[in-house]
Amino acid sequence: MLETPNGYMMDKSGRRIVIDPVTRIEGHMRCEINVDEDGVIRNAVSTGTMWRGLEVILKGRDPRDAWAFTERICGVCTGTHALTSVRAVEDALGIAIPENANSIRNIMQLNLQIHDHIVHFYHLHALDWVNPVNALRADPKATSELQQMVSPAHPLSSPGYFRDVQNRLKKFVESGQLGIFKNGYWDNPAYRLPPEADLMATTHYLEALDLQREVAKIHTIFGGKNPHPNWLVGGVPCPINMDGVGATGAINMERLNLASSIIDKCIEFNNNVYIPDVIAIGNFYRTWLHGGGLSSQACLAYGDIPENANDFSAGQLHLPRGAIINGDLSQVHDVDPRDPEQVQEFVDHSWYTYGQPGRGLHPWDGISEAQYVLGPNAKGTRTDIKELDEAAKYSWIKAPRWRGHAMEVGPLARYVVGYAKGHEDIKDQVDGLLRTMNLPLEAVFSTLGRTAARALESEYCGRLQKYFFDKLVANIRNGDTHTANVEKWDPKTWPKEAKGVGMTEAPRGALGHWIRIKDGRIENYQCVVPTTWNGSPRDLQGNIGAFEASLMNTPMERPDEPVEVLRTLHSFDPCLACSTHVMSPDGDELTTVRVR
Amino acid sequence: MPDTPNDRIETFYEVMRAQGISRRSFMKYCTLTATALGLGPAFVPKIAHAMETKPRTPVIWLHGLECTCCSESFIRSGHPLAKDVILSMISLDYDELLMAPSGLAAQAVLEETIAKYKGNYILAVEGNPPLNEDGMFCISGGKPFVDKLKRVAKDAKAIIAWGACASYGCVQAASPNPTQATPIHKVITDKPIIKVPGCPPIAEVMTGVITYMVTFDRMPALDRQGRPLMFYSQRIHDKCYRRPHFDAGQFVENWDDEGARKGYCLYKVGCKGPTTYNACSTVRWNEGVSFPIQSGHGCIGCSEDGFWDQGSFYDRVTDITKFGVEANADRVGLAAAGVVGGAVAAHAALSALRRAQQKAVGQSNAAKAAKEEA
Repeated sequence: MLETPNGYMMDKSGRRIVIDPVTRIEGHMRCEINVDEDGVIRNAVSTGTMWRGLEVILKGRDPRDAWAFTERICGVCTGTHALTSVRAVEDALGIAIPENANSIRNIMQLNLQIHDHIVHFYHLHALDWVNPVNALRADPKATSELQQMVSPAHPLSSPGYFRDVQNRLKKFVESGQLGIFKNGYWDNPAYRLPPEADLMATTHYLEALDLQREVAKIHTIFGGKNPHPNWLVGGVPCPINMDGVGATGAINMERLNLASSIIDKCIEFNNNVYIPDVIAIGNFYRTWLHGGGLSSQACLAYGDIPENANDFSAGQLHLPRGAIINGDLSQVHDVDPRDPEQVQEFVDHSWYTYGQPGRGLHPWDGISEAQYVLGPNAKGTRTDIKELDEAAKYSWIKAPRWRGHAMEVGPLARYVVGYAKGHEDIKDQVDGLLRTMNLPLEAVFSTLGRTAARALESEYCGRLQKYFFDKLVANIRNGDTHTANVEKWDPKTWPKEAKGVGMTEAPRGALGHWIRIKDGRIENYQCVVPTTWNGSPRDLQGNIGAFEASLMNTPMERPDEPVEVLRTLHSFDPCLACSTHVMSPDGDELTTVRVR
Repeated sequence: MPDTPNDRIETFYEVMRAQGISRRSFMKYCTLTATALGLGPAFVPKIAHAMETKPRTPVIWLHGLECTCCSESFIRSGHPLAKDVILSMISLDYDELLMAPSGLAAQAVLEETIAKYKGNYILAVEGNPPLNEDGMFCISGGKPFVDKLKRVAKDAKAIIAWGACASYGCVQAASPNPTQATPIHKVITDKPIIKVPGCPPIAEVMTGVITYMVTFDRMPALDRQGRPLMFYSQRIHDKCYRRPHFDAGQFVENWDDEGARKGYCLYKVGCKGPTTYNACSTVRWNEGVSFPIQSGHGCIGCSEDGFWDQGSFYDRVTDITKFGVEANADRVGLAAAGVVGGAVAAHAALSALRRAQQKAVGQSNAAKAAKEEA
């Protein structure tokens, strides 16, 4: 038994269970746990199992191209890395973007939050709460009544509709080809929904799959495609031409109308389907309040969605900025990404080396040298790992810390920070939800709370998306159609050396890009991404990260069927392709095992 | 196909009918499919017949080093809908992104699928294997991903390389390729591979390729690089709706300038449309809403081999001596793809010249008219 500085009693004497691959996430991840004789998790080890080295690749390239490279860090949160990147370059070079560009970028970023949250909840997370096989036992008429009770405004609610879906499901199951549902843990008592709720939620799995297609079209309007829309240093690439010659080649009335109709669809789905589903499902799991982890102790948010172009001061951001440590919600610390003492990364338990133990580096000065070695107590071989040794190096993810603290980031962290700061919209939403569900504030610090915060945020972002659309239209009405600032487009106008930082709130949490530019080229680039925070391995002092902390002390119905582990890990929406890549500070040759 | 009746895989038509889809809707679906594939109405009965008699094909979808943009694109497909593909057209037996189980239960599904459908499943690969560090830059089940890829490929009926990662290496393989990320055809050398490049590929191109294979039970016609001719045989420039502005020498000179607002050609701000083989300017994106050029940014050439290492996305393509404007995909593919060359520059210059001439003619005509009026 060992107590971590951040307050967790780690006991690895119980049975070890390995979960690899962890599915329904972006990228590759492994999780190992020890459970005691009662099936309670007493030790948790989370491992990022991929590395792509994008920052190494960025060195020496044109900073104006960096958005396209970093956008490819992740195709699920597509666009958020690109936005972070153009902000970092603009910060370094002192480029001010036009007001319309700020509104369009906000619309795209908010649209991503909504799209990502919906796809996450229905297609990556729902099967941790919802049992589609159990839905076969539902009475379509009772399901219809349930639907009308939880969401009277949703038009798709007739008994016939649910019967059709159930029939489709039935034939699918009877065919014996279960596809993605095969080998699910469908008879595990951890599933608590009655058949009617299972049928309703499974139906919405399909509705959401159709809906997300529409939602993403906002990116296509302004960025030309989705996934991976196009961005531009200095503004946005889409010009505005409301009624002049050639207006069909620009943002015009037809394009705005299309955007507006999609924005309405987002709001409708959030209100009529997503939020009611989370409340309905949540009510059946109201006593399962495990998985809070660091959320009641240490939360970090950079903030995002600036009201006005180029103003990133905390008070001007619609998504809140701040840090909470030591569980003290009465004090929200300001966050400065430039301060070398605040954000630092450590590699003592990661497959990299800094040459000396316990060293932390600010992203502007970060170095990375791969060192893939397993600890002395690992089982298996280096290419056939049976069990990892968490006392040594055990992950491709680094360990970022804020003033030495392991932090949780993401929708719940944003909502905890927002709530603590008295953010009006967030406070109203949270208090309202707790009242509706008749739960105390403490219930927020849980797996369910994380999932609910994501839904609330999707709803809030839906309103904000409309707000910035209206703002864009008002600005155009006032005669401003400017979308890009090209004063410093030409690298000849740049200083010899510059450094900058870009920040966003990605769907999964606080995202920062740090860039150094020299002679018009990228000298150094580093991303510290949400899943690096949440999926962080231990540090030299033994502090565990958010994933590991959230799994601690969770009881499992059947330890060999990791429903509870998946439920909690998925509540973070892990993105491993994002989390596992590092940068290069100098020009050393890259070799097989040595990456600098 | 499995021999015993019990193992018989349901046909696509049976599944659709069983799911309450009418014969009429089914035929309508076949018509849409024919249209999506660029086939005439004569093909509709053929597609219908295939759907009625052919069993659903099991698919194993593997993920290597990637960003999941291909899967995200796939679920955007409007015709057919992703849910119909997943639930009805194919049997998506293994896909770590969407499948319910994890760990041992997931590994068991993979083993079962390989054993049960040996030689009869399609392997779809998103991402690629890194070879450095003994393959351990991408670990799955405690072992190198490349081992898993080779094992599943061995008994596959056909292999699809989704996107730029599997086809060419994409961003993680850009110089200096620190993990030695490797396109799949370099580790699977004994089987034909259908490349569906793009970062990501267009949704309807992805479902179009799968539909084609399920419908006709054969690989689509491919070019020398292994790309389906039906979607990758022409350049974006060839069918770009802004092409008349290129021919007229009307260009965007800078972002948000008068030309940009009028929808002029983006060649001078780096558009790689003249050297990129893809269906963006015809099929377009997200059910035809737009494509990069329509929304004001040049094509970055994301379906071409090595497009990350061809200079800035904003550099004007200049060296086209290798490929004439009318060169076919194979010839361009053989050359170092991505860089456009002198022919395009010359082409642009000619267009500009022609425009100047027309302008001059126009002016002299106007002068003539003015004279006559006077």
